[in-house]
This record gives sequence, structure tokens and C-alpha cells, in this order.
Amino acid sequence: MTEKVLMKGNEALAEAAIRAGCRFFFGYPITPQTELAAYMAKRMGKAGGVYLQAESEIAAINMVYGASAAGKRAMTSSSSPGISLKGEGISYMAGADLPGVIINVQRGGPGLGGIQPSQSDYFQATRATGHGDFHLIVLAPSTVQEMTDYVFRAFDLADEYRMPVMILADGMLGQMMEPVVLPEPKTELPEKPWAVTGHRGERPHNVVNSLYLKPEELEDTNIERFERYERIKAAEQRAEEYLVDDADIVVVAFGASSRIARSAVNKAREKGIKVGLIRPITLWPFPVNAIGAAADRAKAILTVEMNMGQMVEDVRLAVCGRVPVEFFGRAGGIIPTPVETLAAIERIAASLEGGAR
Amino acid sequence: MAPTVNILLAGFGGQGILFAGKLIAYAGLIEKRELSWLPSYGPEMRGGTANCSVCLSDEPIGSPLVLEPDVLVAMNQPSLDKFADAVVPGGKIIVDSTMCQRLPERDDVDIFPVPSTQLAEDNGLKGLASVILVGKLLREIGFCDPRALDEAIAKSVPPKKAHLLPKNRKAFEIGMLNEDGESVPVCSLPDDWAVE
Amino acid sequence: MSKVVYKRPEALTEAPFSYCPGCTHGIVHRLVAETMDELRIEGTTVGVAPVGCSVLAYEFFGCDMVQAAHGRAPAVATGLKRALPGNVVFAYQGDGDLASIGMAETVHAATRGEKITIIFINNAIYGMTGGQLAPTSLPNQITQTSPYGRDVNEAGFPIRVVEMLSTLDGVALAQRVTVDTPKNVRAAKRAIKKAFEYQIEGVGYTIIEVVSTCPTNWGLSPSDALQWMRDNMLPYYPLGVYKDVKADGFANVAEAAAARALALAGGNVEKGDTADPAAEGGEA
Repeated sequence: MTEKVLMKGNEALAEAAIRAGCRFFFGYPITPQTELAAYMAKRMGKAGGVYLQAESEIAAINMVYGASAAGKRAMTSSSSPGISLKGEGISYMAGADLPGVIINVQRGGPGLGGIQPSQSDYFQATRATGHGDFHLIVLAPSTVQEMTDYVFRAFDLADEYRMPVMILADGMLGQMMEPVVLPEPKTELPEKPWAVTGHRGERPHNVVNSLYLKPEELEDTNIERFERYERIKAAEQRAEEYLVDDADIVVVAFGASSRIARSAVNKAREKGIKVGLIRPITLWPFPVNAIGAAADRAKAILTVEMNMGQMVEDVRLAVCGRVPVEFFGRAGGIIPTPVETLAAIERIAASLEGGAR
Repeated sequence: MAPTVNILLAGFGGQGILFAGKLIAYAGLIEKRELSWLPSYGPEMRGGTANCSVCLSDEPIGSPLVLEPDVLVAMNQPSLDKFADAVVPGGKIIVDSTMCQRLPERDDVDIFPVPSTQLAEDNGLKGLASVILVGKLLREIGFCDPRALDEAIAKSVPPKKAHLLPKNRKAFEIGMLNEDGESVPVCSLPDDWAVE
Repeated sequence: MSKVVYKRPEALTEAPFSYCPGCTHGIVHRLVAETMDELRIEGTTVGVAPVGCSVLAYEFFGCDMVQAAHGRAPAVATGLKRALPGNVVFAYQGDGDLASIGMAETVHAATRGEKITIIFINNAIYGMTGGQLAPTSLPNQITQTSPYGRDVNEAGFPIRVVEMLSTLDGVALAQRVTVDTPKNVRAAKRAIKKAFEYQIEGVGYTIIEVVSTCPTNWGLSPSDALQWMRDNMLPYYPLGVYKDVKADGFANVAEAAAARALALAGGNVEKGDTADPAAEGGEA
């Protein structure tokens, strides 16, 4: 096994992206993702790639659009307010079927919000990053190791399905250090015959485009894309299950809040409460299969998030009314404590015991 | 096997709080333990309080944010006042007593005042008060083998500042040998331990 | 044997132009395509189409093409050129795209000295959306959204784009041309070709502004539109070379910028007396 090193989440992610073959990074400073761009500025040139600080997040995502159109692995990173600005370019990438990786190291919102960790961009990432009918694949790491592993995977997913992939992290994961094993660098990258690299008289000209003035043609592209999305839903749902098999109560939490939830689950188990945890790894496609199966066995579900209640809507859709779905969250950059999360579990346990439901 | 320990280090920006946390984290890495290091970040760091959560364990770390520390290392009065009550009963508080005049009035925790800023000044180790406190911390709770911490120091001092390595080691030794607080050391310097 | 005096450029596809009668886009498209033919670069060129009337440029140019979001063509072209440094990259933009919504991207691509070529069509109006006030609409010009004429106290002043960009160190060539007469068409062609050549040589950022017409939205016949352009636009947007670092004796923008910095650091140097600015007490 390769040696473990101690790295900040932002830096480990950046290093893993380079090892995944990303040679084009376009950024713009914003807390709490700045170390990511700084790391790229230091390393990308030495790796034979391009680091460029764009004039805005809007320009940065459009530079990704250009580099990706040229067939290269390209990435941009930002935090919540900056992701809003990238929404336009992400929509164009989806419309032009361009791969690319977007990192959101989330902070509290709305507006300028704060700079402390948050998960309040769940809706933005999974529902409407930009205008139009489209999805991103959204991966939610919960450790520094996963920051590296998921970004490494993200580039493959993006190329395989020709669509943008987002890593939805947060300020805590970006700023913290943990031991991490870095992946071996990729040496072979997929061919991209659709890329605009100059036709050299050897093929018809390639066009990267999202404009279809005939509604029938535009609808056809939408239908094709959603057929692809169905294949992704079937093949790419990922979730981690912890102590779920005998659980009366299943906690659902992703990213940073899943770590707190896991601590709370352990404490609850010590008190004899049968509780488990499902941690969605893919937020889109949402792991409806894992959560649906849990809803068949458990008596109640508790969703824990660092926002006012966003993923809970997907959980309720997956549970489909079979068992009650409660929500506990903290917002504005506050990380919920294991103690208060345990209290939320205990409230549900008490109501189940009291036969209140 | 060393126990799980949740450490909170707090002080002014520039006192070496994050560096001290890094030393502890690296020691954990060297001993192949589970660990996390989480700094406070943002404008509050600029001239304000800086703090840093470090968790060492043999189980995967849940929340890396230490709200109820087993050990508090406080390097100024506002940090001590802010976090002293959060320390778990039976926990320990290590205080830079050069910077803190008022000690917490708790009898359910062990409090170890060390005049680390003064000690650093007296020994030509300006800026290394936090490393002295790491030495004291190791003496009092033995969270790792001292050799691991020595290696951590070697890893953490950047090559550009290699000349500071002996000073860091000396600061650590001063902390390790500090007997204030009447507690029995849980570890002692290994035979092959040498300063400079 | 017959002599071919005119043919459709190889670098244009067979797709018929969708432009209005009298529109100058067709002429400028041809000049760009002829340039690709003459420099034999169609196979290594990637073009960027904007949002506006020329949004469908990707159907007309035979080289590889990318369609960009409104105003973002310079950023997309930057990404392309950084990824394909050995290729030729150009963006074709109108005045609303380049000088309004995309001004930040324009200025920063220019100041970075991106080795790209911008073909800028300035016809003082938003054509595709039906004739609204543009950043280059003239004072008192009547448009759909300035029905009483552009009131500069309300709407501000038009932007002279190449003059502004020529102040930036990254710019190798900034030139304004028009295509109202055969003579001017030939001059425009020379300018466009020079811009592509500078890009290939790696001199720096190049922009050719083409003062153009919009007979449809100006409500004029094609010939009256050209006359209106000559009478009203050319006095406000004079033709000419606003920056040409090679004509100034430099190999590229870096050399030109270094000389300029030296001259400025020299302090109170008389204009035209910058031969040895350091000797003029340049201690700054």
C-alpha cells in the first residue's frame, strides 16, 4: 500500500485531480476553497498543465468549457456564491455534452452568507445548477481520502457520460487535514473524437454547440440526454450503509454531516437504540434504492443536514410515505454536534416506543 | 494502545497554534493512527483568535470539530475564558501562564500552567511557545511515543527553515521536562533522545 | 484556359448564410474564410461563435467550431488556445456580445495577451433581438430601447473599443476597418490576415473591429445603410491602426510592454524621447 500523507482536503483534491489527468485548472479566489487554487498554481505548471486565475467565476467556467471542447480534462473550483456565477457555463456544458469537473467547497448562504461550512447548495447541485433540463453527477465526499478518490472518479464519469460532474464538499472537508493515500497517476485517457482539435482535412468539422433552433431537434437532444440519465441512475447510485440491517431508525446524512451522524449513531447504539446510517455518496443520481430498501425495514428515518432541509425532500420521495421522515439540521455555517444529533435520534426513539406513531 | 483524545488548541493568530496542532497530527500519522486536524479559518484569524481541533483515535474520526475537548491548550486569556468550561470532567487544561493571569475555577479538571512564552524568550526560542506546550502536553497525557513527535517536528519544519529544527526540538524538550503541576510523567525521554 | 477570379472560399461550408440582405456579416465571413484558405489553416483552426446574429457562424465556417455563451467567447477561446497552443483560435463577436455583456472577458483576454484573434462586428445595434440600444450605439441614435434617441445623460456614451483595448499591454494588433467599398474590403482583408499571422507568430492578442451596418434594424436600404454608416459611424469610430507592436519595432507584446514600462518609469520623459529613458533620472 502506498504511504499515507497528511494533507488538507482542498490540497489532496487538487493533487488527485492532477493525477487523474487534469491539466487545465481555471479558478477565482474565494474562501474556503482558496488552498485548492493555490495548490494548483504551485503544481500545475510543473505537471505540464495550465493554471489560470480567471477574471471571474463566469470566465473560469467558460475557460473549462473551451479546454473541455478541445478534448482536455479540465476543472474549476469555487464556493457557493461563485458556483451561482458558474451556473450559466455549467448549463452550456450540459447542453453541449461536455465533460468537466466542478468543485463546490460550500459555505453558508444565501447571498454573501458566511464562510463557515454548509450544505445549503444541495438543491442547486441536484436540481437547478443552471437553466434548462439537465443534471450533473454530484458526488459528496465525507473525508479527505474521499475528496481524492471521488475527484479521481469524477473525471472518468464525466468522460464516460459526457457531462459535467460536481464534487459537493464543504469548508470543513476543504480545510481539515487527515491521512490520505494518493492515487497512482493515470497514464491513459479516453479518446474524444468529438473534440474540436482542428479537422486537418481528415474529417468533417466538429461543432460543440447547445443551440437548436428547431424545437423538434432540441427536444430530441433532451430525450437522448434523459435516456443517458436513466442509464446513470441504474448504474451509478452509491451509498454507504452503517449498522442499517437491524435498525429501527435510519439516519440519512451526506458529507460532513454524515460524520457527525455516525458519531451520534455510535452513542445511540451504546444506549441500546437500534439505529443505523445511510450516507449517500452520489447525491445525483440519488441512492433511492438503498433508501427505499431501508424504508421497508426501518420504522422511522431521520435526515441530518447542514441546511434548513434540502436532501430530506429526496429522502421523502424515495421513502414514498412508507415511514415517517424527520429532519434535523443546523444552518448558516454551524456544524451540528453529535450530542444534539443524538437528542434528535432519542426523540424519535421515544416516540416509537410510546407508540405515538 | 493509546487512548482516543480530542484536543483543542486556541490562542492568537501568530502564536503557532496551527503548527502545534500539526505536530500532534503528524505524530498520529507516524504512528498510523486515525486522526483529523481542523483549523478555524477566515478573517477571524487575522489578529483575532486562532484555534485548531485535533483528534487522535484508533477508530475512524466522527466529527473533527472538537467542542468538548479532553485537553485544552490555551495560549491567551480570551481563549482560556472561552473554552475552559467546555473541557470534559477529568480533562486537562494546559495554559500559557505568561499570557493568562486568571486560571479557571474548576476542580474537576487538571490545570497545568506553563509560562511558555517566557520560557521561550529566556531560551532564545521566540515564537516557539506553542511547541513548549506540545512538549508539556505529551508529558501529561502521553498521546504518542516521543520519538514519533520528534519525527513529526522534523517533518513539519520546512526544508527552507531547516535551521529552526534544533530550536523546535529544544522547545519541545523544555516542555517535556517541565514539572510544574505535580503530575507524574507518563512517558520519559528515550535513551537515544538528543537535543542538537 | 479560363482564369478563376472569384470562388467560394474552401473554408466556408455549403450552408447558405442566414443573414439579411445587405448585411456585412457575409463579407466578413468570406474574408475570414479566405484568410484561412490563404494561410492553409482551416484544418488547424478552431472558431468561436457568439450569441447574436452570427450565432450560426458554426454552420458557415468549415473549421472546427464552438458556440459560446453570450459574451463569453474570449474566455472560451482562452480555454481552447491554452489547450491547443499549436492551433489557431478566433472568436467572432458582435458589439453587444463583446462590448456589453462580455466586456470583462474581452478586456482580460486582451490584457493577458491571449494569442487569439477577435473579429469584432460593430454595427451599433443588437441585431438578432430586433434592434436595441448597443454599447456602441451613437449619441441620439434611435433604437427600439432608445426610441427618442440615445440620451448620453441617461444611457452614457458609446465605447470606442479598439482605442480602449490599445492601451493594454497584451494587445499586439488593434485595428478598425470597414467593408463599404472594394478598396476598404481589401484593406479589411489585409488587416484580418495580419491578425491571424500575428497569432501564428505568437505576437499577442489581436482584434480587428469592422464597422458594419444593420439595414434591417436601422430601417434603411443596404446602400442607404452604408451611407449612414459613412456619415455617422466613421466620424465617431475612425478607421485606422490603433496598435501594432510589430510596426512599432517589437517582436511581441512582452517586448513592447517592457519598453513601455521602462519609458513610464523614466518619469518626465519628453514624448518621442524615449530612446534611453533610464538616463533621464529613472530611479523609480
